[in-house]
Amino acid sequence: MNGEPRSVHAYPMQRLLDVLRQELELTGTKEGCGEGECGACAVLVDGALVVSCLIPVAQAKGANIVTIEGVTADAGLRALQEAFLKCGGTQCGICTPGMILASVHLLSKNPRPTTDEIREGLSGNLCRCTGYLQILEAVAQVARA
Amino acid sequence: MESGRIVGTATPRKEGRDKVTGHARYIDDLTFPNMVYGATVRSGIPRGRIRQITFGPEVAWNEFVVVSAKDIPGNNYIALIDNDQPCLANGIVNHAEEPILLLAHPDRYALSQAVASVSIEYEPLTPILTIEESERRTEIIWGSDNVFKTFLIEKGDLDGVWGRADHIIEGEYFTGAQEQLYIETQGVIAAFDAEQGVTIWGSMQCPFYVHKALMVLFELPEDRIRVVQTETGGAFGGKEEYPSIIAAHAALLATKSGRPVKMVYDRAEDMAATTKRHPSRTRHRTAVSKEGKILGGEIEFVIDGGAYATLSPVVLSRGTIHAGGPYYWPSVRIRAKAVATNAPPHGAFRGFGAPQSLFAMERHMDRIARALKLSPAEIRRRNFLKPGQTTTTNQTIREPINLEKLLDRALELSDYQAKKQRFAKENKHSRRRKGIGMAAFLHGAGFTGSGERYLNSVVGVEAQCDGGVRVLVSSTEFGQGTNTVLSQIAAETLGLSYEDVTIAQPDTTEVPNSGPTVASRTAMIVGKLVASAALGLRQSLVAAGMLGEVSTAEEFRKACRNYVAQNGGLRCLARYEQPAGIHWDDEKYCGEAYSAFGWAVYIAEVTADLTTYGVSVDDFVAVQEVGRVLHPVLARGQVLGGVAQGIGFALYEKVEWRDGRMQNSQMTNYAAPTSSDMPPVRVHFEELGNEHGAFGAKGIGELPIDGPAPAIVNAVEDALGTSFNFVPLLPEGIFEAIAASADPAREEHSQSRVL
Repeated sequence: MNGEPRSVHAYPMQRLLDVLRQELELTGTKEGCGEGECGACAVLVDGALVVSCLIPVAQAKGANIVTIEGVTADAGLRALQEAFLKCGGTQCGICTPGMILASVHLLSKNPRPTTDEIREGLSGNLCRCTGYLQILEAVAQVARA
Repeated sequence: MESGRIVGTATPRKEGRDKVTGHARYIDDLTFPNMVYGATVRSGIPRGRIRQITFGPEVAWNEFVVVSAKDIPGNNYIALIDNDQPCLANGIVNHAEEPILLLAHPDRYALSQAVASVSIEYEPLTPILTIEESERRTEIIWGSDNVFKTFLIEKGDLDGVWGRADHIIEGEYFTGAQEQLYIETQGVIAAFDAEQGVTIWGSMQCPFYVHKALMVLFELPEDRIRVVQTETGGAFGGKEEYPSIIAAHAALLATKSGRPVKMVYDRAEDMAATTKRHPSRTRHRTAVSKEGKILGGEIEFVIDGGAYATLSPVVLSRGTIHAGGPYYWPSVRIRAKAVATNAPPHGAFRGFGAPQSLFAMERHMDRIARALKLSPAEIRRRNFLKPGQTTTTNQTIREPINLEKLLDRALELSDYQAKKQRFAKENKHSRRRKGIGMAAFLHGAGFTGSGERYLNSVVGVEAQCDGGVRVLVSSTEFGQGTNTVLSQIAAETLGLSYEDVTIAQPDTTEVPNSGPTVASRTAMIVGKLVASAALGLRQSLVAAGMLGEVSTAEEFRKACRNYVAQNGGLRCLARYEQPAGIHWDDEKYCGEAYSAFGWAVYIAEVTADLTTYGVSVDDFVAVQEVGRVLHPVLARGQVLGGVAQGIGFALYEKVEWRDGRMQNSQMTNYAAPTSSDMPPVRVHFEELGNEHGAFGAKGIGELPIDGPAPAIVNAVEDALGTSFNFVPLLPEGIFEAIAASADPAREEHSQSRVL
């Protein structure tokens, strides 16, 4: 969990999302739909961007998981969070953790994405407040730097 | 416009750091000791009498707390306007998803099993499911005639107009329901204590609305109900009135169980059971001269309110007042009504009636243009309101607005003329047809007419012991920037730094009632009160001899510290006063409807694909006059967010109704725009000031959602040459219309517009 070994007691079919938020008390990851559509619950599991509401915790056994709490601790990635703030990429904030995880994932695979590639890379994360453009600008700003 | 030191700049969002680090705590992130969970048993049919309720044998019911209507200590209704909506159904249900029973249990998973194990036997009654059925009155489901509210606006001499007209143009336009789809679902935690009474923490826009509703439900005095707004993940009107219901439910369970109760809806329940945008039908009949001037007309505007009145009278009001658009009507008759159906009650959603009536007006202007063989731009130019002219409610426009200039700017930014010509040529050789369309519109800021006087808002600014000040308002942050903008205003007014200002969490025991966070009123009206209260605070310090008339920021901070140290505290309140010259006649529905209007021209460029019948928005220009831009990043954010929701309203977001229930109550099959659906948007602001608003600001939150739908559907007509008079316009709708025009026998089927 965010670089530290953790163990929990949980039913194997319990959603990873619930284990994160309840047993591990990491409430930064959010539930928006429970059906893998909105991306608010997005985390990294062994480097892959997944919707934790659709992952049974048994499937995550032994995996390296990164949540928004882990992103925050890593000094090198704070630029992304600053950019979100500066560009207006965050309004109500509920989609922000998932959106940042998706951005982290995108930039790790493609450090210099085009606007269209950013648009596509984030198209699994719904935002209802911003209309997306200021989020795309935040990611582009970090990519250019 | 003078440049501010803080107002007008992009200060950091006050609560932003917590949001980007995952530290912001929304209601579902909170757990209280001894807390249990609550769930709702809801009606499966749209209308009927409850015959029997059976609790399935497979559940250990002794572990559950069960609440029904008879457990309500006070009055079984959710206090709002008409007080007709039961908190819990008592023997009769009037809509699918109507709440009947409440259950509480420590295990969230056991709860959902239990809800499924309750079987309810009904004696079904014939439901009314559309506006037309409601009008036919074959069943009376509300009041004596199924009508929640009517309005009549009459201006000028309409009867003489028809004879003089060179053209009489008619049209009928429809808009469907739309789900607010805030990414954080409805949620509250309630606690009850014999001494303190009821406390609610939750996701909401209006803590004092919830407070009032609970006072009535529990028959408790003002000081025995406490409501606290927690970080709210989107609202858009969907958390204006609905939270009173979920709060009431959680509070009843908390009272009966003696434990804190958390109720958070899952997405399916939230979509199916809570409020949506009112569906509408608008009919226009317009008399136009051969020069293209509107001589007069009749407009009939009808909205579907669902089973209970909720806010329908006010939604109707706004839709009615905006029905004539930003045009000069020498004479007009607007008949409006809100009717009852057995759908879950519809409610507030950004725009609040205006997106509906403005969709019709702007589609109708293009229809008039075509009839007169004038361009869409020219027909609007010839009819735009000018300063000194009167609106449909006989309000004289005193703002120095120049709509032609906004239009010119929009045409220029969108390269309209060149594109229109190019598309006309290129479309001949392509199955991907391009089109460009416009919408011109307005949005009145603040509560209508005497509404702000009725709200009688109060705001406080308080000195802090560290020398800073704290803003006290019940106005809530839910992404739009309340915390940031009100802090900017206080800082600028007092000559302090932005960091010297904090803002209290809206808690009904801690803050005065600055009114609901709705109607695009927060920056303009509440902001102005914050400035007043701040000045009052300053005056108190001066009067106490602790501050000179002219002072530096450091002197001000020192004076605050001294005053608080000596006297324990200093709080200054400011109350709303209606500006002189605002006269509104509630009976005749005329006069100054709003102290200020935002004005806009939007232009959409689309591609309509004749292979997939899908429409994409490729480019968008949004030009608006908003008085004063208080924060450039936040203001642009409001426009972009509103445009995105407007795109959804136009092309993607369809509520599929069957037997009065939303069938597609999931994100899988209710399509909201993703980043892939959002075109580049060029945003341009004009700032002409506003004497009645904080630092010259007018409201900006809702204006942007009024324009995209008609601009897009106008663009689709430009692309395909086919007229569509309803939204949402899905590929199926386009296919039907094109197939019908190819085969006239299909015509009848294609007329059935989808709501």
